[in-house]
Amino acid sequence: MNFPLPDFFPASAEIFVLVMACVVLLADLFKSERQGWLPYLLTLATLAGALAIQVGTAGADTTLTFSGMFVDDRLSDVLKSCLYITVFAVVVYSRDYLMARGLERGEYYLLVLFATLGMQVMISANHFLTLYLGLELLSLAIYALVALDRESARSTEAAMKYFVLGALASGLLLYGMSMIYGATGTLEISAIARKLSDPATNMDVLRFGLVFLVAGLAFKIGVVPFHMWIPDVYHGAPTAITLLIGSAPKLAGFSMAIRLLVDGLPTLAVEWQQMLMMLAVLSIALGNVVAIAQTNVKRMLAYSTISHMGFMLLGLVSGVIELRASGDIQLSYAFGSAMFYTIAYVLMSAAAFGVLLLLTRAGVEAETLDDLKGLNRRSPWFAAVLMMVMFSMAGIPFFIGFFAKLAVLQAVVAAGYLYTAVFAVMLSLIGAFFYLRVVKLMYFDEPLDTAPLVASSEMRALLSVNALAIAVIGLMPQSLLTLCATALGQAMK
Amino acid sequence: MDFQTAVFYFLSTILVVASLRVITARNPVHAALYLVLSFFTAGGVWMLLRAEFLAIALVLVYVGAVMVLFLFVVMMLDINIERLREGFWANLVPGLIVAGLMLAEMFAVLGAKYFSAGAAPAPEAPAMDYSNTKELGRLIYTEYVYPFELASVILLVAIIAAIALTMRKRKDTKFQEPAKQIAVRREDRVRLVSMPAEKE
Amino acid sequence: MEALLQPVQALLGAAWVPVWTLVKIFAIILPLMGCVAYLTLAERKIIGWMQVRNGPNRVTFFGIKALGGLAQPIADGLKLLFKEIVLPSASSKTLFVLAPVLALAPSLAAWAVIPFSEGLVLADINAGLLYIMAITSMGVYGVIIAGWASNSKYAFLGSLRSAAQIVAYEIAMGFALVTVLMVSQSLNLSDIVRGQGEGMFANMGLGVLSWNWLPLFPMFIVYFIAGVAETNRSPFDVVEGESEIVAGHMIEYSGMAFALFFLAEYANMILIATLTSIMFLGGWLSPVGFLPDGFHWLAAKSAFCLFFFLWLRATFPRYRYDQIMRLGWKVFIPVTIVWLVFIGGWMMSPLSIWK
Repeated sequence: MNFPLPDFFPASAEIFVLVMACVVLLADLFKSERQGWLPYLLTLATLAGALAIQVGTAGADTTLTFSGMFVDDRLSDVLKSCLYITVFAVVVYSRDYLMARGLERGEYYLLVLFATLGMQVMISANHFLTLYLGLELLSLAIYALVALDRESARSTEAAMKYFVLGALASGLLLYGMSMIYGATGTLEISAIARKLSDPATNMDVLRFGLVFLVAGLAFKIGVVPFHMWIPDVYHGAPTAITLLIGSAPKLAGFSMAIRLLVDGLPTLAVEWQQMLMMLAVLSIALGNVVAIAQTNVKRMLAYSTISHMGFMLLGLVSGVIELRASGDIQLSYAFGSAMFYTIAYVLMSAAAFGVLLLLTRAGVEAETLDDLKGLNRRSPWFAAVLMMVMFSMAGIPFFIGFFAKLAVLQAVVAAGYLYTAVFAVMLSLIGAFFYLRVVKLMYFDEPLDTAPLVASSEMRALLSVNALAIAVIGLMPQSLLTLCATALGQAMK
Repeated sequence: MDFQTAVFYFLSTILVVASLRVITARNPVHAALYLVLSFFTAGGVWMLLRAEFLAIALVLVYVGAVMVLFLFVVMMLDINIERLREGFWANLVPGLIVAGLMLAEMFAVLGAKYFSAGAAPAPEAPAMDYSNTKELGRLIYTEYVYPFELASVILLVAIIAAIALTMRKRKDTKFQEPAKQIAVRREDRVRLVSMPAEKE
Repeated sequence: MEALLQPVQALLGAAWVPVWTLVKIFAIILPLMGCVAYLTLAERKIIGWMQVRNGPNRVTFFGIKALGGLAQPIADGLKLLFKEIVLPSASSKTLFVLAPVLALAPSLAAWAVIPFSEGLVLADINAGLLYIMAITSMGVYGVIIAGWASNSKYAFLGSLRSAAQIVAYEIAMGFALVTVLMVSQSLNLSDIVRGQGEGMFANMGLGVLSWNWLPLFPMFIVYFIAGVAETNRSPFDVVEGESEIVAGHMIEYSGMAFALFFLAEYANMILIATLTSIMFLGGWLSPVGFLPDGFHWLAAKSAFCLFFFLWLRATFPRYRYDQIMRLGWKVFIPVTIVWLVFIGGWMMSPLSIWK
């Protein structure tokens, strides 16, 4: 019997991460008492190696492998590179926190690596089956991570909620996928797009499936009205895990939206853009308003996530998809702005939760606004870091968040939704209140806890780099913006 | 009605009754056993469709392994089924109304024309030497090798997650280490103390 | 033979196929039941000899001294048949009665695909090996249901032990069979036997060295030991360990219901012995070139394996429960996985002997 071997080259980063995850699994089993750092270093090495491989194998053209189930294009190269960097930062930030709570075990690193693999698979998916499997791989690892702290009833509750709602969302997504399969007879994303122009395709069933697909997607990226799990899970999970949930998966979620809607159903754009518009407007309104009432920083950031994801969707809503005669798809600048927004948000979110982790130590959590009081007295530099992050999230000029909002709003206006843009700006102004409140607490209030910050030097260094990136990219956003636009604008096959 | 149809109706009757009993049985162990029966009959129905690999895999995996462990757990739990059912009748009417409405809506949108049996013509009967198992194996390891491997990674993650969440070293357990007990030497346990004889 | 059957076939018409199949089923089941009966005698005799005593020697046919003990199984069977089946008052009645049936049925159903000789098989199906694995995995239900339905602590503990043990060893057993099907490239049991009759040694007239037991030696050992564990035989008989939980799941059973569990256990032993002979010891094939193949070889090989069952029982003390689990999960499963990968590599390499 002869087996045609698939082309493994485009997937070398995925294969590397999988192999290294197995190595970490075995290394964790056989390490000696004194080698507690082994899984940590191996994980960092894996992520750095994956980045090197991804950059090394990046090519200009789109390649398909594994019978068309895996796609390697510019979009996946850019998103995956951001993914490795984010997870690298997450692992570095989390270590002290986890060690102080006895959670720093091999399983944490394993689950993080497998979650990374799941996100890689999602980003490179060209088939509903692999997209779904990648999503489940990511979700399963994250459910377990949220519940990792067995002693905490709050984490367990959060994990349970997340699991039940996540399973429901997976169900919705699968139902939508099966409907689309029923209408088109294929699960391959590019084949579905081709089938759309076929007059024999049943559009009713397709639209029916689309509704479920959008609902499932909205659930996974957490936008109103499918946002209920976000505050509870962000609040309940150990802060280090919240950091993971709040950062890297947004990249995968963005990719999922692009693959499902833009790649898969381009001619139905009118319909899904209407749905996304509703979701986006509601998310921006609810996220910004409810965040004001929060006294817990993690919950506040959870609502801020909802509003940011709403902004990201606005970018997708205002995009124009051009179908070339050759069957290729040309995407407008708006999609690039959504991608830029996602990357900017991930950068800010990682830094925000990083500072929260920095404030914790054994037995002391930093979760409420009170814990941030007078941070300037305790550490002027990290108070400045958090200030930069908050300014950026609020959209104050010359930080990355400002340009992200600007790019999206430009696209929205260009698409003719002037009132939507005005509405979004108004609510961003309302939202600026709670970001600036954090700054006020840090600089003008007396600290309640005057103990010095304890953190490893690598965490301090990386967090500083992260904050500087927010500022520096804010000064010259054009290169990243162009990168996003070209990655997406490249003709998709 | 030919023989095959008769067998189909026989198996489907058992399947439907058993599935109904799964949700109506008062005792959870009985419910689990009915589930076993319905899996087994579902295997039979698949066998009729010439999907012998799926049928046998269903029996092997679900009946032979999953349900055994399931029963294992259900038998050890002392579930008060009456308490779980308290709200059943109260919720039945609104539940039925919502379900009926949803069904009606879906039917109105999609109608019977897309999902009737006629919309999906039966595939042609395969040749006599056609082996379902062989074909499935060929597809899984060639065209679908990537999702197949991903599924195996998901299972690995499930194992890791289950172990990470449940395996805790309890401090209050009292266990013996026979190896240590055997390796014990006289000096470890007995201390000879020389005491001067006492005089009255 | 054909000429003799012709008029009967004409007489029965459409009913011929089911009737003829039933006849074939009886032709398998009845001798099997005989084997089970005399296996119990053999067990007692062999263990007796190993322990330098006589074993049963009183019950004879019509007082013929030379047949001492030969009627023992029949006497035992009659005794059990006439005893009352006591239903414990707090038991779950239907399941209590159903359990022995569920224990016995799979061990008989599995015989449908066993090839006794070239072409001599009730159902020559393609997925025979899968069928065997699926059917034998059902046997555990008899034990579990018996333990639960009895509403007795000892019975319940026995059934829980059994469930965990059988699931643990089934995995190793399955992996061992996977290597067999890899080298045979078939799931059909007849093809598996035929595949063992080919190769370098078989051409030299030394078929015994071509059989699977040699290249798959670790699998052969794992399969056989896992088979002993699957049938709950000593030294893995913690399920009914009489010093701990009296008789495990069978404790509340009496009369013929008890006898059915016994029949199931011995029928399973014979099944495992026969399967080992088919998978690893060349089935009906003759070990040397100059002797003809035939059913007698399968019988001899199975008898040899059965002797091992008895030998193990006479020799080894019972495993502790955690040791059983350790052996299953931490020894057998890794060994089988490693050998699986090794065989896969061997088959892909130019040194492959299974071309």
